[in-house]
Amino acid sequence: MYFRYLSRELRRRARSASVVAIGLALGVGLVIAVNAAASGVSAAQGEVLHSLYGVGTDLTVTKVPTPGSGGPFRFGSGTGGFSRSEQGQPINVSRLTSSGGLATLSAKSVTAISKLKGVLASTGALSLSSISVSGTFPGSSASSSSNPLSVNTFTVTGVDADDPGLGPLNASNIAHGQSAVQSWFDSVQKGSSSDHLLALVSSSYAKQQSLKAGSTVTVHGTAFKVLGLVTLNQSASSSDVYLPLSEAQSLSGDKADVNTVYVTADSSSDISTVQGEIQHLMPKATVTTAADLASQVTGSLSTASSLANSLGLWLAIAILIAAFVLAALLTSASVTRRVREFGTLKAIGWRTRRIVAQVLGESLVLGLVGGALGIGLGVLGAFLVGKLALPVQATVSPTGLGSGAPGGFGGRFPGGGSGAGAGTGAGRFGGSGTAGRSFAHTFAANSHTVTLHLTAPLSLEVLGLAVALAIGGGLLAGLFGGWRAARLQPAEALRRVE
Amino acid sequence: MYQLTQLSRVFTKGRARITALKDVDLAIADGEFLTVQGPTGHGKTTLLLLLGGLDRPSSGHVIFDGQDLGAMPESRLVDVRARNFGFVFQNYNLMPTLTAQENVEAALVPLRTRAEERRSRALAALTEVGLRERAGHFPPELSGGEQQRVAIARALVKEPRVILADEPTGNLDEVARGEIVALVEGLWQRRGMTVVVVTHDTQVARRAPRTALIDHGALTLRYNRPPTGSAPAGPGRSRPAEAS
Ligand SMILES: Nc1ncnc2c1ncn2[C@@H]1O[C@H](COP(=O)(O)OP(=O)(O)OP(=O)(O)O)[C@@H](O)[C@H]1O
Ligand SMILES: [Mg+2]
Repeated sequence: MYFRYLSRELRRRARSASVVAIGLALGVGLVIAVNAAASGVSAAQGEVLHSLYGVGTDLTVTKVPTPGSGGPFRFGSGTGGFSRSEQGQPINVSRLTSSGGLATLSAKSVTAISKLKGVLASTGALSLSSISVSGTFPGSSASSSSNPLSVNTFTVTGVDADDPGLGPLNASNIAHGQSAVQSWFDSVQKGSSSDHLLALVSSSYAKQQSLKAGSTVTVHGTAFKVLGLVTLNQSASSSDVYLPLSEAQSLSGDKADVNTVYVTADSSSDISTVQGEIQHLMPKATVTTAADLASQVTGSLSTASSLANSLGLWLAIAILIAAFVLAALLTSASVTRRVREFGTLKAIGWRTRRIVAQVLGESLVLGLVGGALGIGLGVLGAFLVGKLALPVQATVSPTGLGSGAPGGFGGRFPGGGSGAGAGTGAGRFGGSGTAGRSFAHTFAANSHTVTLHLTAPLSLEVLGLAVALAIGGGLLAGLFGGWRAARLQPAEALRRVE
Repeated sequence: MYQLTQLSRVFTKGRARITALKDVDLAIADGEFLTVQGPTGHGKTTLLLLLGGLDRPSSGHVIFDGQDLGAMPESRLVDVRARNFGFVFQNYNLMPTLTAQENVEAALVPLRTRAEERRSRALAALTEVGLRERAGHFPPELSGGEQQRVAIARALVKEPRVILADEPTGNLDEVARGEIVALVEGLWQRRGMTVVVVTHDTQVARRAPRTALIDHGALTLRYNRPPTGSAPAGPGRSRPAEAS
């Protein structure tokens, strides 16, 4: 009797019942979708931070050159001269500079840092940018068309093979090529001189340059054998070529210098202490922790983050409240319409309890239906967020000290790439033409920009919460309606004649 | 069966005080057929609701089987209602979403009758009112007279001590009215139920041995035929044959 009466009643007021269920479904679906998007965004933020600074690397130490020093832009030991008088002559120039406008740090400082209290380990790495220009210098009408100038830029990172668990090639950064990385570390650690001339190449650079394992890649005049290809996590700021640190150092002319130190603290509670110690040890250096970075993530990712966390959440809550109120009002209205019905039931001996249970049951069913629909909507919404969301960009500016110089430098090379004038802008990782690889990419590493695809992962807890919300909404409406039904006086109800 | 003493019901709405019933004294014998007649708005429904334990007196007592309905807690009153009183209303008051049979079964729900027994008793009651074939029909598919017969089946299915009917023929034409009156009279005669019928209709009112005339909340009795052996001899005297 109970369920028959219940289902018939819901069928009778099918329209208002579906409004209630759909309202609850919308609220619940939005909660699920927004939550999924928000956790996707925070996962993305985590990924950005991890990929830029490495998992297990709690701090990074860098240093911006003192103005006027010319810092990173001094030419390396050139393999060719460079002057205006050579118009029309074939040229082949290559130079290696410290990447990102970073000043060098001495190898001693790495050791000093590793001895600090609370520091588990530290390692240095050297990020370099290589620019090579070959062809005929433009300006000569005779030969400009025959052999146009081509510019090739790529990034090189010197990795300390003695610390495989730290630094840019630590395992958690690597998406593909773990075994190549492992054998590279093993070979370089063995230390024979031929083993030192081994390189790892990023898959994208390999594709662009048609390199594969066994090929040769030339960095600043030195040939390295490609041991394997490696792909870092989608959002990682990968380098095109990885060399043993000592090789990178000798190529750049800085025998024992690095430009980034990766530091791992004993425990996360030590991080701020360690940060202070390093800062004290090296007053001019920039010491960055993951916590600092999180607040410095800007760009569309942070927009998405605030969108999901504030606007989306409030929207979901607002719609949920509206759905609750709507459910309560419509349930209450249905009780009002059924005053005579309930009065009659009381007159034939039904207990108030039983009538309240009937009303409550009706609303509960609507809550369940709304919850089920809401899960469907939420899953669909989360799926659409993952599918349709434009790639988001995140920019991390660890120092905030911008330098306009790289733009000017890029400008000197004709045809040097679309990004030439954008030296102060955000770098574009991954975007590349052949010789047109952006100079901005190469030089403008005052900030790191990462483009990644947003996902919207669903968690069981959130689905459970959503169903609880829907049932709660149904219960609330039912209790409200039931309370009204309970207060109803049968005598008054029965006096009503239509 | 019923003993009403100094029964009054006063409604207060803000300043207004409406005396619907005033100092009513009445005894209704077990197995009596009583009709209640009077102008509209003079307190007939109020009296019926008090008899059915659906309303409480402002003063005075409604004693049913020695128990004061007005002083009874609601939880006990619900039980008394469920077992003893069968209501029939002018507007039939059937649940529109339930079939004729389910409407009748609804009266057995508070008695916790098992499903099959509920079914068979409901069908028996519908057979008694001549609607066995309409058991699966919904109220909107039935005529007014048929709906009222379903309502009567719902009232009689639990075999109550008392049938309380408020203008059961008020919305019906003459033919249907005759059917309904015959049904109610049959319950009284064949089953010995106590029957109280409120009506505007003098013809209907005169079918009962006694009529309670209500005028401005005050009650007087009219005897429609001289007291005989088969009907109560007068107010306050029970028929010895129908022991409770
Ligand atoms: N809840 C209430 N509040 C105020 N006044 C009420 C209430 N219920 C009934 N009354 C008043 O009490 C009086 C008696 O009402 P009652 O319904 O008993 O009349 P009735 O004789 O049944 O009339 P009818 O023949 O029209 O059904 C009326 O004046 C009515 O307005
Ligand atoms: Mg009335």
